Amino acid sequence: MPGKLKARIVAGRHLPVMDRASDLTDAFVEVKFGNTTFKTDVCPKSLNPQWNSEWFKFEVDDEDLQDEPLQVTVLDHDTYSANDAIGKVYIDIDPLLCSEAASVISGWFPIYDTIHGIRGEINVLVKVELFNDLNRFRQSSCGVKFFCTTSIPRCYRAAMVHGFVEELVVNEDPEYQWIDRIRTPRASNEARQRLISLMSGELQRKIGLKVLEMGGNAVVGYLQCFDLEGESGLVVRAIGTACTLDKLSSGSAPNTNTHMPVFGEDLLSSSGPPTPFRALPTSSSSPPPFSPSKPCSRQSSSSDTDLSLTPKTVTIISKNPLVKSLCTVSDTAVFFYLQEFPFFTLTSFPPGFLVHVGGVVSARSVKLLDRIHNPDEPETRDAWWEEIRQEIKSHAKALGCHAVVGYSESTSICEEVCILSASGTAAILNPRYMLQLGLEADGRWCVLFSRFEEPSPPSCGFCHIPYDELNMPFPAQLTYCYHCRRQKVPDVLFTTIDLPPEAAVTGKGCLIQARLCRLKKKAQGEVNATAISNLLPFMEYELHTQLMNKLKLRSMNALFGLHIQISVGENMLLGLASATGVYLTALPAPGGIQIAGKTPGDLSNEQHILTIQKRINDTIAKNKELYQINPPELTEEVVGSPIPDPRQRSRLFRSHSESSDEVSELDLSHGKKDAFVLEIDDTDAVEDIHSLLTDAPTPTGFYSCNTEVMPGIYNWTSGVQMFTSVRVLRLSNANLTNQGLNKIFTDLCENLLKSFYFKLRSMIPCCLCRLNFTVAVPEEELIQVAVTAVAMTFDKDQTQEKPAEKAITKGLSAASVDYGSFADRCSTWLELLRLKAHTIRRGSVKTSRRTHPLPEGRSRSLRSNRSFAGGSVTVVKMTPLSFLPGTRIIKYLGIINMFFIRETSSLREEGGVSGFLHSFIAEVFAMVRAHVAALGGNAVVSYSMKECVFMENPNKNQAQCLINVSGDAVICVRETDQEPIPSMTNIGQTCTSGTDGAT
Amino acid sequence: MAVELDVFVGNTTIMDEEVYQLWLDGYTVNDAVKVRMEGGVMEECEASADVLLSDTMDQYRTFQMCERLLHSPAKLANQLLFQIPPNRQAILIERYYAFDDAFVREVLGKKLSKGTKKDLDDIGAKTGVTLKSCRRQFDNFKRVFKVVEELKGPLVENIRQHFLLSDKLARDYAAIVFFANNRFETGKRKLQYLTFQDFAFCAGQLINNWTVGAVDNMVEDMDVDLDKEFLQELKELKILITDKDLLDQHKSLVCTALRGKTKAFNEMEANFKNLSRGLINIAAKLTNTKDVRDFFIDLVEKFIEPCRSDRWTAADMKLYLTHYTNSAHILDTFKHQVVWDRYMGVIKSCIFKMYHD
Repeated sequence: MPGKLKARIVAGRHLPVMDRASDLTDAFVEVKFGNTTFKTDVCPKSLNPQWNSEWFKFEVDDEDLQDEPLQVTVLDHDTYSANDAIGKVYIDIDPLLCSEAASVISGWFPIYDTIHGIRGEINVLVKVELFNDLNRFRQSSCGVKFFCTTSIPRCYRAAMVHGFVEELVVNEDPEYQWIDRIRTPRASNEARQRLISLMSGELQRKIGLKVLEMGGNAVVGYLQCFDLEGESGLVVRAIGTACTLDKLSSGSAPNTNTHMPVFGEDLLSSSGPPTPFRALPTSSSSPPPFSPSKPCSRQSSSSDTDLSLTPKTVTIISKNPLVKSLCTVSDTAVFFYLQEFPFFTLTSFPPGFLVHVGGVVSARSVKLLDRIHNPDEPETRDAWWEEIRQEIKSHAKALGCHAVVGYSESTSICEEVCILSASGTAAILNPRYMLQLGLEADGRWCVLFSRFEEPSPPSCGFCHIPYDELNMPFPAQLTYCYHCRRQKVPDVLFTTIDLPPEAAVTGKGCLIQARLCRLKKKAQGEVNATAISNLLPFMEYELHTQLMNKLKLRSMNALFGLHIQISVGENMLLGLASATGVYLTALPAPGGIQIAGKTPGDLSNEQHILTIQKRINDTIAKNKELYQINPPELTEEVVGSPIPDPRQRSRLFRSHSESSDEVSELDLSHGKKDAFVLEIDDTDAVEDIHSLLTDAPTPTGFYSCNTEVMPGIYNWTSGVQMFTSVRVLRLSNANLTNQGLNKIFTDLCENLLKSFYFKLRSMIPCCLCRLNFTVAVPEEELIQVAVTAVAMTFDKDQTQEKPAEKAITKGLSAASVDYGSFADRCSTWLELLRLKAHTIRRGSVKTSRRTHPLPEGRSRSLRSNRSFAGGSVTVVKMTPLSFLPGTRIIKYLGIINMFFIRETSSLREEGGVSGFLHSFIAEVFAMVRAHVAALGGNAVVSYSMKECVFMENPNKNQAQCLINVSGDAVICVRETDQEPIPSMTNIGQTCTSGTDGAT
Repeated sequence: MAVELDVFVGNTTIMDEEVYQLWLDGYTVNDAVKVRMEGGVMEECEASADVLLSDTMDQYRTFQMCERLLHSPAKLANQLLFQIPPNRQAILIERYYAFDDAFVREVLGKKLSKGTKKDLDDIGAKTGVTLKSCRRQFDNFKRVFKVVEELKGPLVENIRQHFLLSDKLARDYAAIVFFANNRFETGKRKLQYLTFQDFAFCAGQLINNWTVGAVDNMVEDMDVDLDKEFLQELKELKILITDKDLLDQHKSLVCTALRGKTKAFNEMEANFKNLSRGLINIAAKLTNTKDVRDFFIDLVEKFIEPCRSDRWTAADMKLYLTHYTNSAHILDTFKHQVVWDRYMGVIKSCIFKMYHD
């Protein structure tokens, strides 16, 4: 009996009228945990009842504490008939199980009903008493901290990063059980909500166990997903990065503005936590012995995956084929003998952590779902993922990399077909950190270790190719790094991670999206799966081509945060690739786009081509200006200040020291790079150039990106507006072609962006960050796009340089670093292996692109004051980023992971589908905020909407929606004890400041 | 191809004040989009008509969802569904409870009943206010009326606290409630020249001086019902016109004071008895509910119109009423000074306010 859960029901307010005769309600509350239920007295005839109940005490296993939510049900007492349920509150008590998180849950919770939505609020107090010693923790995984944040959380230091953890649990979906035919929609929804809550609790506990087994105490970058497989069941799966985190004293918490997670600084310290090897059971100085969790009593259960993914003993290592092959790559790779888990769900790392970045690796696989016969052995699903991860591993290996960072997994399900996708960025990690990842610093490594003692990493190192130049896996154009001139760099670099903090960037970044629709025949079973499998490579290729074109059109040379989603419907496939384009100073300037005609003799055709060519050139020139992309050479000429800053000066020196023929060679290569040719030889692919040129530029004053923050903007002010937007388009029955569909889909995405800009115009100058698009094909003729993002204001007067000088000094030291032993590398996108790039036989232009020579500096008086203290409800800010500008996170209170179902059978009365979903999303926000406030928090960071499944039946006046959201509840305070940051004092100026300081 | 569903939800609820006003004014979504397009918001933000339509629909939905909360504004502050900064909440409430003077002028003094509500389309057509807006305003009046009906304490303060309105708006609502409760006639042709603000001022005077609340501030309906005892006492004032000596004495005192000070002196002297009778009779009859309703029409017919036909200026009016009131104090046989002051104080300021074209 390791824990006592105590709950007290204080009061209710704004209850709905349940008795029409008296216009009042006789409310009472049932408090349930596991199989124990308590009831309060009935508070007669009141819409604002005061129960002031005693403390209800539940004596429970800590395992149950982790799995089960506290269930609070508010009912209306009825003397003659059954009591009517008003609604429920599920309270996840996990945050109370961790000493560093919240100590009490206390506050007003919205009373939620799956049919009626929020119906009043209830004030509840919850406490947990754990009578336990540390030993007890080994029974369950209480105390393991979970973070959605994909970087090391702000007030922690990573003593050790243990590696990848994954788990999945399966169960039957209550919606598809026979009993569902006879129970009410409400009962069915509640069964589902409860089951998913249980399953995610269980999943989290099991992941926690794995973390403890590895010797860690936290999971960072925790990504949990649901697969609603319909008839075949319900899968809840999660991946994350196991770490050992040390809490930093509040004084030394890192500045959010520099945006760098703190890893361990004292490299040689031997006082660090024990390595995983010491912690293994075979070791003599083992911590409290690990005992496996007791068999699960519930139906749902998990499985252990293939041994190679589970850290059991050291002997496995030698069996790992990956290690052997890596051996040959370079000496440094020996380190990763012991690093069995090359996957990191993290997307941002401390400077210098990534030595080289190879490029995006991704794998997809089409599977046919079958009923999960025995939920206790979900080995099929495990095997599927295992297969995919192995593929990713081998891709990374092919790129000469030993690790995959920014790793994520997703699925798309339509009927019985399921596309499993995984993607990440192949990378070589700094062994300096790997030492901290649990290796003993014996003499052998110390040699290498000393080589990495440079205080600051080069700003271009991660761009250098990790692969042997003479043995490239695919064609790519290599040049010498434009920063250090020593190593080879690729012409473009695609990654799934955030921009490394040390990276030198020219100008600003922008959101780049590739969108694609492909029709497919309706089919069943194997035939369908085969058809989809056959389509996938073409889709990936086209998406890649689009990305490439758009990147060049913006005169940029790298993509960060690349996320490609392929969604399957009955008669079509949707592909959406989003990324943030930037101009990496170290990479060569992208060449232009050249249009070539097939038949040179045709005069009118040539005229046409010339027009297109001109328009493309104009667009490129305009984009350069818009994103302030002035390649270094240009910058030096343009710089007006008499004394160039250190960075510029160094560049000047360096370019002078270089031989003149190298410069001319570069010029030549510049011309050569115009080899990106769009050949107009068929009318089939009008869409390529079309979509290329119809992307509207962001309006003046706006920037957008899908990464944590915008490259090139460093001085955020405090204005923050998180939003979710959902659009569903119904296609007409007309015979749609691929092109027609593409246009519709592209317009849908573009119009959404336009809407955001319009709605958020009062925040200008502002940047939409972490723009996360999710596409789905809910029904045959529907396309659904859901977007979550945050708009943040910034001080436009200082957007030119990073506030800190750090980056600059790093840039200087770059040239002195010797990377001799590393093989020359190259990078590109692995999917291109099979498909030759660089010549695309596509295109003719159909639509024209509007030009926007807009004057800057419009009225900004609309900006509203967003600080609103003094309300009786705690203001809870939400953001998909890992920080809130102008604030410091002083405490993480626990993970928020909530799943809601809402259903209606009076769709019209609720304002149609839009009205229904609008209020549901607002309700979800309200419930998240209430839970955070009850934990004592005032913000949610790393917020995301994982799932938004919307189904409707307008004829029956019905609709149903499922939403899953997650994030980290935190307490943050204004950054007062920091040196005054200009961005905070200049808020007033921002509103009235004039034009952007473009160079 | 059609947009089936389109929503945008911000963690902080986004509300555009311009769209809110259009919604309050009862514009349909399409009309609102037209107005916004003409307003030039599109050029400002490079938006298209589609974007504007989508935004307008979103905002309209948000307002509709908020409307329930606006019906009891106190809830807006502690509800959890919408995160709205307090300063915005105040704007939302104030605007929601704001009304058109033209509209309120039409329903002032009418019973806030279903019957009146049925006539709203006529009123809407007459005043140019959309039916939707008329309904909102009418329902607001009714809601405020119902709530304060059962509350103790000062009317204005109750309205302000219960509906979180500004002082000015709370006073206007107090006037509306007061008029509706006493059913003052305001619709007669002769009263058409008076604005809502004229009446609101008079209502304030009546509430502050003639209601129960003016003497005792803890009874129910204290500011809504006139003080019965006081109305009874007003009958005593009749002596000023029934006692011939007193009437003559009063007249000579007033005329002495006025002589040479105004061009309208002759008319004042000639009309004194008539005017005095008019005012005193109004006082004496106020015990009848029917006559209370006709209070304003009587003031106009018995006093304001005769003066106006004699071309008194506003200054003349002030001068006359001041001396008329003060002279009564010098009459040694007139013992009802307190009642007289309480009566004439209100009458004086009401007439001052009402004496215009």
